[in-house]
Amino acid sequence: MAKDKTKSKETKSFFGVFLEELTSGSLLIPILAIISGLILGGLIVAITTEDVYTTWSRSPIEAIGLGVNAALKSYAALFNGSIGNPGRIISALQSGEAAELNRAFNPILESLTKSVPYIFAGLAVALGFRAGLFNIGAEGQLFMGAIFAVWIGFALKGLPTIIHLPLALGAGALGGAIWGFIPGFLKAKTGGHEVINTIMMNYIAFRLSEYLLRGPLQRPDTSNPISPFIEESAKLPRFFGSPIRFHLGFFVALLVAYGVYWLLFKTKWGFELRTVGINPRAARYAGMNIVSVTVIAMSLSGALAGLAGANEVLGLNYTLAPAFSSGFGFDSIALALIGKSHPVGVVLAALLFGTLRNGAIQMQIAANVPIDIISVMQALILAFIAAPAIIRTIYRLRAPDEEESIVLIRGWGG
Amino acid sequence: MTPVLELRGITKRFPGVLANDHIDLTLEKGEIHALLGENGAGKTTLMNILYGLYQPDEGDIFINGKKIEVHSPTDAIHAGVGMVHQHFMLIPVFTVTENVMLGDESVKTGGVLDRQSAATRIREISQSFGLAVEPAVLVEDLPVGVQQRVEIIKLLYREADILILDEPTAVLTPQEANELFKIMRSLTKRGKSIIFITHKLREVLDAADRITVIRRGKMVGTTTPKQANQSKLASMMVGRDVELTIDKKGAKPGAAVLKVDKLSVVDAREHITVNSVSFDVRAGEVLGIAGVQGNGQTELVEALTGLSPASEGRVELLGENISHASPRRITELGSAHIPEDRQRDGLVLPFPVADNLVLNTYYLEPYSQGVLLQQEQILETARTRIKNYDIRTPSAETSVGSLSGGNQQKVIVARELSRPVKLVIASQPTRGLDVGSIEYIHNLLIEQRDSGVALLLVSSELDEIMQLSDRIAVMYRGEIIDVLNAKDANKEKIGLLMAGVRDDKGIKGKRSKKS
Repeated sequence: MAKDKTKSKETKSFFGVFLEELTSGSLLIPILAIISGLILGGLIVAITTEDVYTTWSRSPIEAIGLGVNAALKSYAALFNGSIGNPGRIISALQSGEAAELNRAFNPILESLTKSVPYIFAGLAVALGFRAGLFNIGAEGQLFMGAIFAVWIGFALKGLPTIIHLPLALGAGALGGAIWGFIPGFLKAKTGGHEVINTIMMNYIAFRLSEYLLRGPLQRPDTSNPISPFIEESAKLPRFFGSPIRFHLGFFVALLVAYGVYWLLFKTKWGFELRTVGINPRAARYAGMNIVSVTVIAMSLSGALAGLAGANEVLGLNYTLAPAFSSGFGFDSIALALIGKSHPVGVVLAALLFGTLRNGAIQMQIAANVPIDIISVMQALILAFIAAPAIIRTIYRLRAPDEEESIVLIRGWGG
Repeated sequence: MTPVLELRGITKRFPGVLANDHIDLTLEKGEIHALLGENGAGKTTLMNILYGLYQPDEGDIFINGKKIEVHSPTDAIHAGVGMVHQHFMLIPVFTVTENVMLGDESVKTGGVLDRQSAATRIREISQSFGLAVEPAVLVEDLPVGVQQRVEIIKLLYREADILILDEPTAVLTPQEANELFKIMRSLTKRGKSIIFITHKLREVLDAADRITVIRRGKMVGTTTPKQANQSKLASMMVGRDVELTIDKKGAKPGAAVLKVDKLSVVDAREHITVNSVSFDVRAGEVLGIAGVQGNGQTELVEALTGLSPASEGRVELLGENISHASPRRITELGSAHIPEDRQRDGLVLPFPVADNLVLNTYYLEPYSQGVLLQQEQILETARTRIKNYDIRTPSAETSVGSLSGGNQQKVIVARELSRPVKLVIASQPTRGLDVGSIEYIHNLLIEQRDSGVALLLVSSELDEIMQLSDRIAVMYRGEIIDVLNAKDANKEKIGLLMAGVRDDKGIKGKRSKKS
């Protein structure tokens, strides 16, 4: 059976991988899942539009028209909110005015900005999956990363950016790494399941952040639970004027994604990690040290999630407040699944999530569709990806031979 | 007389594979019909179609001359077809009665299980067919041969007339197998008909009335034991003449490479699985370890390869104590391990062939330099080994999981024997392989022996042990109860030892539990 599908893609170049994935069919499922999610999302918008019901008894055809109209309108708003209004972009380019240009290009740049934490957290979960670990604790690790980063960000003064910023980012990674190390160590040494332990670590991180913001990290001049602002030198630089928030973090994220790819597929250690993830028995047979791979993988996963938190405080908020994360750590689990735990897939899925989240706001304003519809859509996409049989049935695809689900199954296998 | 079962033109396609190609099969009443073929020839597919687990793409099934549709095992059971799977479908902590009733429970008023009447029926069945089983005993306390009887009783309890036995002798000693053949005879005398699936030639000639041979999904022909002999059946099965015996010179044993001294292993449930075992394997010889599956061979090999800890005793490899060494250290000392379960332990199925070929040497030069894997070097090496070991794969980058069992095993053998090794521990090295691959791997192993490598061969296939070994150790309930020179050994002798019977001591005691 000489089929392309059975070719492994570990030895190809970074973008060669992507092209091959696309043509080999393993990316086909996620893409069709996204399309199906969008279609079903539109349907939900249509059937939750009040006018559709009031018109239905009079003229079903007119009602259907109204429904389609509502769905199209909300998707138009979604597009304008996340990519930009084409008309506005053209006229801004023609006028050449800086303020106009800023406003026209803000939506797409804001989408990229919003995908930064998703990239980091998605990579965190994906790295865990590759090692056969189900890291549910990205959210907690993200909190720890934010706490560490913000603390270094405001506590150290008088440093140049070139030192202060990397230090703050590194502190964020360290915070996450510590929070990943603990469940990793427990898993490797005692067999304590990482799913349970990372969930518990999440609660500890949440409560710890609340305590710190009411105590040692509280801004002196207020009674609100909020940290002091970080120093200018710890901020991730922005590239454009207000209102564009697009910052250096996006490029850091891409760089880190490449680093994860390199680590997983080019190094000895990545080989060990992937072997342990797919078949720990064979890994032991081959003389690999499962304990150290597990502990290091969990710590690295935590570090990546920590960077997600660090980016939010160093790039956008410049301070730490409770509930600063809108569930990036949890969404990232879905995201890693959509991206098939491959760094390229994760980046693409993160861009999608960032775009949807950003567009949702405009959708609510312009089309009066609740933001929650985006969550519903994400859930639908995820359901389709988790149950590829549905997509295969709808689009009459052939079942694959293998591979597909191995990584996930192991995650629960323990 | 109309046959009890007739399959006409059964065809089953799987993506890329024609598993059954217009197969015709008739089963007469009171007949034992052997279905002979290599692994992957399509025997089990055919039987799964008959048992309702697969739907045929073409073809019809007739029972007593009447065409039937079998959509599920329930349909098959209603039609009087029953199957004993290779792996028993019994619940160990249930009694015989409960296992037999399961799925067909008779109840008293109020939904209470009627164990009494079920047990009575089981006694009737066991008496009339000569299947001695005590209904009230827990299945886990029964020997494998008796568990198999329970499986057969299950079918009789459901009034099956056509019994399919899938590789029923795989888990039995030669004596137990003979016992089974007697039972099969007494079943057919009482009007039952049996389809007996196997790949063992000798058994077919001993037990069957008629033999149908299948090769690559196609029917090769039907014959009888009178007209056939082993080599004729083998060439029908493989499609060419096959060497059934292996040419080998006498061993020239050298110094002991592996010394095992009073090794004991205790498993997670505190059972003593290996009990104070001592033996040496010398350079240039093959020590075979015979025994029925599950008598501690797996645990012994895991202890010798560092995969699980020894609880007591000492293992020396080339003079170094390895009783607590890591698998990597043992590998580096020059020990090669062909694991019993190749897919579970020996391969990473989604990985390409190339990566699997360096699974335990990836960290060494030239496969790695610094932290980086040298992909080009790994591929290059893979291509050479694919050629040298005749691994049939579309490319070095094809995932190992998509290769056939024989080629998967060749990947492992190529990996293990391409290193300079002093000791080869081969556990069930040919399990589930086709005759061609078996020949190939046997020859490779003997080649290793002749070049001065010490070989420890663990196999539950007695034929394999007898063919390859220079000395034969027999394991029973975790102990090595005797070591024979291959010259002095014969099937009966080893068979008795495998069942725990020693000339001098009688039957060994039950496995002890550590307190």
